[in-house]
Amino acid sequence: MRELHTKLKSLFPVGDLTEQRSNLGFVTVPQEHLRAVLVHLRDREGFTHLVLLTAVDWLEAGQFQLTYLLSNRTAGKDLGVRVMLARDGATMQSIHDVWPTAATYQRELREMFGIDFPGSPRLHEEFILEGWNDIPPYRRDFDTLKYAQENYSERPGRVTHDPAAHMKQKLNSGGN
Amino acid sequence: MKDELKIRVVKGPDGVEFEVEPLKDYYCEAAPTVMPAAYIKVVEDLFNWARSESIWILGFGTGCGAIEMRPLMTPRFDAYRFGVQWRPTPRQANLFVISGYLSTKTLKRAIRSYEQMQNPKYVIGLGSCTINGGMYWDSYNTIKRLDDYLPVDLYIAGCMPRPEALLAGFQDMKKLIRAGKAEGANLYAENFEWYKANQKRVIHDWDMPDYNW
Repeated sequence: MRELHTKLKSLFPVGDLTEQRSNLGFVTVPQEHLRAVLVHLRDREGFTHLVLLTAVDWLEAGQFQLTYLLSNRTAGKDLGVRVMLARDGATMQSIHDVWPTAATYQRELREMFGIDFPGSPRLHEEFILEGWNDIPPYRRDFDTLKYAQENYSERPGRVTHDPAAHMKQKLNSGGN
Repeated sequence: MKDELKIRVVKGPDGVEFEVEPLKDYYCEAAPTVMPAAYIKVVEDLFNWARSESIWILGFGTGCGAIEMRPLMTPRFDAYRFGVQWRPTPRQANLFVISGYLSTKTLKRAIRSYEQMQNPKYVIGLGSCTINGGMYWDSYNTIKRLDDYLPVDLYIAGCMPRPEALLAGFQDMKKLIRAGKAEGANLYAENFEWYKANQKRVIHDWDMPDYNW
């Protein structure tokens, strides 16, 4: 992993390596270099498989983090390439021509996080949600509970117990 | 409205062009009607006995509970010994097991399937999710109370209920049918407007006919 990171660093302005395991690491890449890094990793370093493309909403920092997880099957190594995006009007270049499977992930991200990937096929078709009429539900400022209470009728009589307090009362032993 | 439901001109194999109005030509516009009981109680009882012994389940798994139905089709639990079997199409089924949580997207398909089933028909809600939302009580995309949208005859509680619970549920269902208490389809016909209003409240892109049979 270290060697790969040193090699990458000599070619692209990549950030520091976060080593999760000996065969799993993460690097952060500036948005404009992502495509070059991915193509390099695919064609030169044997990372031929895009395992997943997912996003994290850093609401406080006003950023989205995209993670492109790549796998090198022959070497048994995984590398996550991270990109930080501005949260307002989040737009990212599409990589559907590098890995066709990315189009599906991008469709999902467009729907669930509202990240735009111009040029990605069938991007604006509904993917999981139908007739969605609110802000994208995976954004952290979307209040799931409030939406559920407003939209879906409830059956009265539902109670919630704090597990610790409830068991204490049930066992009647003062929690010892 | 979906493109396939719009009025369009179709050219037949003989070259003749004709107009198709899918909502009128492919679907029946009449709302469901209440099925009256037989003219005398003893005959209705006989009918109900026959109905209770002929349960055909629609093989439509809506949530994780669908996985509990598979073992019932195997020798280990063998639901077939109770005269219960699964069918691949709503037209051939009379019992709809809503097996777990229903997202609004699946609810749309469930409504269509339910309406395509022929009378007499019954609905079983399986698992906590159909009763009060279960672990999906705060989900942005699942309904919490099935009987607002479809007429439920019987609930089987649990998360998830084991196949044995389902077998017991089928036996209870039979008792209900035999006692003439499984009147869900008639309830649906009687309160059709109310059910439709509830359904349309959660399905924001209503792009199908109001009644689908």
